[in-house]
Amino acid sequence: MAVAAPGVAGPQQYLENQVRWRRVEIAFWLATVLPFILTPTYLSLASQIAITALFAVSLDLILGYAGIVSLGHAAFFGLGAYTAGLVSKFVWGEPLTGLLIAAAVAGLVGFATSFIIARFRHLALIMITLGLGLLLHEAANSASWLTGGSDGLQGVDIWPLLGTFKFDLYGRTAYAYSLIVLALLFLVARRLIHSPFGLALRGIRENAVRMSAIGAANRTHIRKVYTIAAVIAGVAGALLAQTTETVSLEVLSFQRSADVLVILILGGAGRLYGGILGAIIYMVARDQLSGLNPQYWYFWIGLLLVAVVMFLPNGVLGGLARLTRPWLGGRR
Amino acid sequence: MIGPFVGVLFDGFAYGMLLFLLSVGLSVTLGMMNFINLAHCAFGMLGGYVTVTLMNRLGWPFLASLPVAFVAAAAASVLLERTLYRRLYRASELDQCLFTIGIVFISVAAAAYVYGTVQQPVQIPDYLQGSATLAGVNFAVYRVFLVAAALVITLVLVAALEWTRFGARVRAAVDNQRMARGLGIDVDRTFAITFALGGGLAGLGGALAIAIVGLDPDFAFAYLVYVLIVVSVGGLGSIRGSFAAAAVLGISDVAGKYYVPQLGAFLIYLVMVGLLMWRPAGLFGRR
Repeated sequence: MAVAAPGVAGPQQYLENQVRWRRVEIAFWLATVLPFILTPTYLSLASQIAITALFAVSLDLILGYAGIVSLGHAAFFGLGAYTAGLVSKFVWGEPLTGLLIAAAVAGLVGFATSFIIARFRHLALIMITLGLGLLLHEAANSASWLTGGSDGLQGVDIWPLLGTFKFDLYGRTAYAYSLIVLALLFLVARRLIHSPFGLALRGIRENAVRMSAIGAANRTHIRKVYTIAAVIAGVAGALLAQTTETVSLEVLSFQRSADVLVILILGGAGRLYGGILGAIIYMVARDQLSGLNPQYWYFWIGLLLVAVVMFLPNGVLGGLARLTRPWLGGRR
Repeated sequence: MIGPFVGVLFDGFAYGMLLFLLSVGLSVTLGMMNFINLAHCAFGMLGGYVTVTLMNRLGWPFLASLPVAFVAAAAASVLLERTLYRRLYRASELDQCLFTIGIVFISVAAAAYVYGTVQQPVQIPDYLQGSATLAGVNFAVYRVFLVAAALVITLVLVAALEWTRFGARVRAAVDNQRMARGLGIDVDRTFAITFALGGGLAGLGGALAIAIVGLDPDFAFAYLVYVLIVVSVGGLGSIRGSFAAAAVLGISDVAGKYYVPQLGAFLIYLVMVGLLMWRPAGLFGRR
């Protein structure tokens, strides 16, 4: 994937080509405003999608680009959600500072655990991420004096955004808020991926031994990207807590880690828009099929997973790219 | 003072043996083909449902239903292996994880569709109920039966792997697959049989486990985590490792829940993360 196309002058040129905004991208971001006009009754769903998309983008950074398979990424999402909830309950309900504090807490824990993450690979790494996620889930469950345990955190009260925009029932403020945060952090992720640092990450994913042979500081890179992903996941969690004004234990569950993995794989890992597209497909499908028993919903998700692994190894976006390549003259 | 302690130790060991039965098949297949089969517990669930169906609907005795659970799970696993899994042997870890998680989702939904989401009633026969007191310590008869069954299976398994020609083939394939192929061992066939054996053992483990832990469609997920812990802590492909890891985790889980109930399942996860950080390849792992 990360091979310079023929005719490109050098690495500098290659990166500059990648950074350029495509028309499809601009059209996509313009289209995100459409729900305000077309489906004003579905704005709270739209904000959930934006939050899930942000969470998936954060997983994409470590899984899609650095190749770190994590089965416990919900840990940071949940940390952000609980931090934002607790800040609003015990300190004040100002949303932006709550978001920043949640990001800082998730980032700190991410930085601390990144030292463990960077040391391991393969099955041990998968199991350690799973174990850390489960540990945090159990911790939140047993610390019910603080988190409300399995009843969820009650009494979250968020003040109006910037002192003027109240979080209304229709989710207008919620969607605008989530969308703006998603767009800003997406810009950060995009810039990161198209930087030499992003190239180094892809190198680690493809061949870690060779990367260290050419002098790349693998562990430092992994620690950095893991911390960044933790911050973004924490922000996504905080957004969920603030827009729904409640935090349930479910934000830390294994199910959530598995869901975001499914979403990312469905959309296409290692592609910037994979997480966003996956989130849209997954959340809309779930909303439409919500009359179904949740057990049967998972039947379709299971079938989808099997089909994606068998037939669409690069997700929906990968499949689309393969379909459109002949018309776009081999452009990637 | 000593009495309850020994009781907790025994209960923990019995629970560990249950985990061992559920996970030993996964350990061997993972170590042998490097295939991460997260659907392993679905075979355990299948064994459980086979037992429940035979006992409750057809009136079979408990002991007679156990071999059927083994055979049914073995047949299902070898069918899955021959048709789907073998295509993914060269796929990445992530693809294997996702594919088999997909299988788990499907099996959970199928079980919920056929049997509903309620807990299945399990009636173990009278002679396995009650408890016996020995030197002031209470032993539940069913747990003694469980431990005995696990020990017999372990002995048979170890003997089969150490002293038979088939066992030598399996060990050769685990140690060095390419070399084994070079020596003319039919690794694919060996693997299919081992896979059937592993799935069958999971089915048997599931059938034995439901009397203690209950059976509902969540089984395939709820025990997946425990099985993965046993396998990764024990070390891939090592029966001794799985045995030791299952015993340690079973005892620490039961003891933790008995002495510090407010910690819940915290302890077992902590033990796992600690052990893995100390030895990433597992207690008895070679790599």
